[in-house]
Order: sequence, then structure tokens, then C-alpha cells
Amino acid sequence: MSTMGAAGEEPSVTPRRSKRTEILENRPVNLDGFVEEWPEVGMVAMDSPYDPQPSVRVENGVVVEMDGRTREEFDFLDQFIADHAIDAEAAERAMALSAIEIAHMLVDPKVSRDEVLAVSSGLTPAKLLEVVKTMNVVEIMMAMQKMRARRTPANQAHSTSARDNPVQVVADAAEAALRGFRELETTLGVVRYAPLVAIALQVGAQAARPGVLTQCALEEATELELGMRGITGYAETISVYGTEPVFCDGDDTPWSKAFLASAYASRGIKMRFTSGTGSEVQMGNAQGKSMLYLEIRCVLVTKGAGVQGLQNGSISCIGVPGAVPAGIRAVAAENLVASMVGLECASGNDQSFSHSDMRRTARLMPQLLAGTDFVCSGYSSVPNYDNMFAGSNLDCEDYDDWNVIQRDLQVDGALRHVPEDEILAARNRAARALQGVFAHLDLPSITDREIEAVTYSHGSEDLPFRDVLEDLKGAQSVMDRGITGLDIVKGLEAGGFADIAESLLGVLRQRVSGDLLHTSAILTPELTTLSAVNDPNDYAGPGTGYRPTGARWEEMKRLRHVVSARNPEEEVG
Amino acid sequence: MGGNPAVEGVAGKRILELTETGEARSGRRSDEVVIGISPAFGAFFSTTIVGLPHAEVLRELLAGIEEQGVRARVVRFRHSADVAVIAHTSAKLSGSGIGIGILSRGTTVIHQKDLVRLSNLELFPQAPLMDLETFRKVGRNAARYAKGESPEPVPSRNDHMARPRWQAKAALLHIKETEFVRAHAEPVELGVEIRMAHAG
Repeated sequence: MSTMGAAGEEPSVTPRRSKRTEILENRPVNLDGFVEEWPEVGMVAMDSPYDPQPSVRVENGVVVEMDGRTREEFDFLDQFIADHAIDAEAAERAMALSAIEIAHMLVDPKVSRDEVLAVSSGLTPAKLLEVVKTMNVVEIMMAMQKMRARRTPANQAHSTSARDNPVQVVADAAEAALRGFRELETTLGVVRYAPLVAIALQVGAQAARPGVLTQCALEEATELELGMRGITGYAETISVYGTEPVFCDGDDTPWSKAFLASAYASRGIKMRFTSGTGSEVQMGNAQGKSMLYLEIRCVLVTKGAGVQGLQNGSISCIGVPGAVPAGIRAVAAENLVASMVGLECASGNDQSFSHSDMRRTARLMPQLLAGTDFVCSGYSSVPNYDNMFAGSNLDCEDYDDWNVIQRDLQVDGALRHVPEDEILAARNRAARALQGVFAHLDLPSITDREIEAVTYSHGSEDLPFRDVLEDLKGAQSVMDRGITGLDIVKGLEAGGFADIAESLLGVLRQRVSGDLLHTSAILTPELTTLSAVNDPNDYAGPGTGYRPTGARWEEMKRLRHVVSARNPEEEVG
Repeated sequence: MGGNPAVEGVAGKRILELTETGEARSGRRSDEVVIGISPAFGAFFSTTIVGLPHAEVLRELLAGIEEQGVRARVVRFRHSADVAVIAHTSAKLSGSGIGIGILSRGTTVIHQKDLVRLSNLELFPQAPLMDLETFRKVGRNAARYAKGESPEPVPSRNDHMARPRWQAKAALLHIKETEFVRAHAEPVELGVEIRMAHAG
């Protein structure tokens, strides 16, 4: 901003600038924030002189020293990790390997995933940090390609509404499912709306291409209750942190989080933890450690809690590692560490990251090209103005770009192009199904006008207003009356949507079999579980592992506009 | 990009002078609002995260309160840089039970003494979106709560690109402000003078 001096002063003279500087100055990337490193407070991505040196000492099967601290000096994260995450029998042998040797094992396709897991089970946080510090981004991707738990990559979407409108959520959920997402997540502006929006998400998720798991990010007790009732299908927003004071800020400990995890497991509900680089320095309590060292502690707390997976990749703090040197390399490395200790990794790319299209695409490449269990842990299936997670790195306006990139590189980002008529049919039918469920459950009615609008809409701005106070009363009654997933099934059946009812019942049945508790489980549209148990990643170098072929590759070739080879005056589609 | 029009429209620069007048006490007047400022507000720091001068910010808050016929007291907190603590403690010092807490970077909360600390009447978590007009409305609403009214909350704003632009700077500002925290220092009452800078 150029300021003129106050009255009586000479106007300040702006030095002449080059035209090119002016053009560069106005590029979107210059709206992003960048800061200098400050290792003393933890404002450093992965290379801090204050990070501990790796060490381990085991006595009588107990880790008595870790990363330069004796058991007496452990904080509660050290203790939890030493006792529950590190295999004491494997530790001394694994720690005797050099960081470079371990990094070579990660990158070398001839060393199997299982062999790496056998070593990583004995590594301390500082050692894991030392290993990934030897790797550049391409090596990190090479390793990720092998260490990802599930063979088939998948993707997760956000489906939210700036007005918490359940009619919007049901239609966008159905479209997202049709486009290929296998998990859908919602959250609220007005928290009291949650039961109605969670029901809408669940109905939409099964309406067009079944088997999509849903979750509603809320305060932990309500989130658990919705899960136990079968209104949602999994949970993800159980946050862990890398220093004791930040953990305590949330009135939590690793043990309380493990207890919460076991509550989900007791009902056969899939769940993962969430963490990410930058959260500790953001909260002013990084204890002078690098962002990645602290994140590796979170990864091991997750493993120690017996949780199958982790959402990481900085997540809501991405602006912090994104602002320092090598920050995005650290983010790729944190995903790799989750995978290299055997966890499912839902790898971020889920929060607005940059004003620059070029930069936000570059940030996505390590996860998209290598393939992760969920490339995005929240691709916005709604325009970012409707995204109640404060915006994603990708939104529904990027669908065609994503599909073209998949096709260009023959890389499976788990989405597909769907012709408009199929999308309109799915959105319309999902909204009508929700209309039937709301009528059956005596919830505020959904009008035909709303259904017509949502079929063709882009975002909440295109929809009629709902009576918010009536909706909130209805939402409260869902909780008061003890409505469950089975009541939604009955409502679908009563409304004449027997196939959707059948699908939802099939999804609910999974919690009895417990198959979704396996690492990295998703459901196919045929309601078959795919997980690290029956679809383990078998990458072993060129010519092996998952590669899009056959019907999936044919599907990936389709775009909105492709000129026909037989008749170049037409398009195929 | 660009500066804040409300600031650019100001002909000259205003200077904020804060004078400590002793330990802050509980107010007895039911028609007052306490504005609690963080350790480095108007001291080490002189502007919010987007460059709004603290002099202008405080001026708008005070004007918003006074235009409702309510009195304002300004208190500096030195034992915490947590906006919830500052706002809640301000509310407890306030004769009306209503307080405003503000951090140097602009994060603001309106609090009421009987609520739990992590609850609030109104929360403005995105400091980069706070402009002078919003600060005026914050002052106005706080005063209306103090009079026992139930005002419409100040419309909350959301900008999904605030994170890439401001998140890391916000972290640095928070860490810096925290360096000025003195563990057991009591809050102090402040005399406030806001005047135009003399040109030349």
C-alpha cells in the first residue's frame, strides 16, 4: 500500500519499478504468506538443531531410554510411545541400522513392505525423522508407492453447506459417490443442525453408488453418539498433538484418546486419528522442536493406541509448514511415516493451501502420483464458499482438471468423469429419497421446489431458504427420540427407495462383521470390503503393484470433451 | 490486496497513549464494559495482523460502547495471551458482567462473567477479517449486552484463503506476544489518550 504523507509533508516518492516486477507482484502466489525459520520456537519444518538425537536402550523387555531421555525424564508422549508403539524386541536391532540403510530399504523395490515394517516397528521418533531427512521428494514418493497399506488408492470428499442445508448435502453426497469418492465427511456451521445433515449425508452416500462411508466432524461425545446410532459410518476428527502442553490444552492425554478409540472399535465402527505438522507451533508450544519431529510423535501415539489409521499432512495447519522452507517436503514425509509404520494414511490435501493454482497442484503431486490410501482427506465436493472446513485445496470446480491429470499421467486419483444426465438423475433421486425419510420420521418437510432447485444447483446460494428454527427443532427430536440408522433404512423403504434401504442396511451390517476395523478398509459399490488384509499393497518395482488397467483405465479415458476418432465431427462421451 | 479504506480515509495518524493507573479493580457500575487488552497491545505491537493501528481499533471499540450510553474501562492483562482468559477475566472485572478481550493481532471475544471460559457471547477468531467497522459493532454489541439487551450477533465473516495468507504470520505474532506474558502479574487499569499526530 502506498501512503501519502499527512498534510504539510512532501508526498512520498515511489521509486520506479519495472513492468515485469509489477506483473510478478500481482501473481496470486504473492498473496500467500511466507516466513523465516525460527527453530527456537519450532518454526522450522524438519531440520532443527534442537531435535533430539536417536537412541534406545532396552532392559528386561522395557524401553528405558529413548532419543536421549531416560525413562525418568519421559513426558507422557515418550512413555506412551515407548510402552505401546515401539516393539522392544525389535528396537535395538532396528536402531543399529543407519538412517541411510533404512531409507534405502524404503526406496528399493526389491525390499518388501513387510521387511520395512519389521524394521520400522523398532524405530524411535528421532530415528524415523533421521531416516526421512535423508530422502528427497522423489524418494519419499517412491517409498510411499510401496508402503501405502491398501493396494487400490481411494479418495475422500467434504460435503458441507454454508447454510447447513440437508437438501444440498444429500444431493452433493450422491454426486460425490457417483464420481468415485469412497468416504464423505461433513461438518456444520450451526452445530445443532448435525443430526439432519448427518442423515442427509448417509442417504446421499448410498443413493447413487453405494458403500460410501460417512462421518460428521463434531465435538467428540456427539460424534461418537451419532456413530453408535448408525447415523454415521466412521470417525476421523480425533486429534492428537506432539507436545504435552498442547495435548493438555484439549483436556486430553494419549490414554484418553485410546479410550475413545476403543469405544468406536467396540461397535465395529471404523475410525482414525488426526494430526499434522504445524499444530504445536501454531498453538505456541512446540518446545523448540521441528514440526516433523513432533508429527512423528503423533504418528507413533496413533500406532500405540491401536488405531488403524491416521489423517495427516498438516491438515488445518497447512499454512504453517507451507510458509517455511521445505515445508511441503515435510508434509510428504509425514504421510510416508504414517504409511511406513503400517497405518492407513488419509493424506491431507484437504484445506485451502495457496492462491496459486500452480502451487496448489504441486502440493498435491506427492500424494496423487505415489498413491495413498486416501489421496485427499477432504476434496471439497461443494464450491469452497460452502466448505465448512474453511475451504479445501481442491473443490468441485476442479473435477475436470483432476480427471484430465489422471488421464494424462495414467495415475489413479480414484475419480471419474460422469455425464451430466447421470449426475442430474442421481442428485434428484437422492433428494427425493431424503424427502421420503424426513416425511417418514416426521421431520420438517422437503418441498418439490427444493428438489428441483438442488438437482441443478452448484451451491447453497442457488437454493431456497429453509425454515432454520423448524429444522433445528427437528434435529433435536432426532436426538430425543433415539433415531438410529435402522430408522433411516425403514424411512427409505417406506418412501419407495428399497434399493437405497438395502444398501444402507448392508453398510450398517458391516459393523457386526467388524471387517471395517481392518487397516485401510473401504467398501466397494458391491459392499465388499477392500483393506490391507484382502487387498494388500504388493508393489515391488516396475510391472508390479496397482496400475490402472482394463475397465478402470477405459473409465479414466473419458472426459467431458473428447473428439471421436471415427468421426472427428463428433465427440465421444 | 490494498490497505483498509477506513484507515486510508483518515487524514492523519492517530497516536495511542496508554498510562498505567494502578491495579485493575472490580467495577461497581452496572453500566460499564471492560475492554481487556493483551500484554503487547499498543506496546510492542502497534497494529493488528493486517496493519490496522491499535489506536484506531481501540477508538472504534470505545466509540461503539459510548454511543450506547455505556461507560468503558480499559485494562491490560499481563499474565496471559489467551483471548478467552482475557475476555472472561475482563467480564469478571466489569460491573455489568460484560467484557471484551482483544489480542494484538486482532482476535476478539465478547464474554459474560457467568459463562464458562471456553464459551462466549461472540467470538471473532479470524483476525485478518477484522476491520474498523466490525470493531465498532463489537463495541456496540458489548454495550447492548451490558444494558440487558439481546442484540443480533455481529455478522461473522469467513475467507477460505485467509489460511494460506496469514496462518504462519499469526503463529509468529502469537509466539511473540506470549514472550511478554508475566506469570503472576495482575491486570492494570489504563488511562487512554488517542490524539492526532502533529504534522511536521
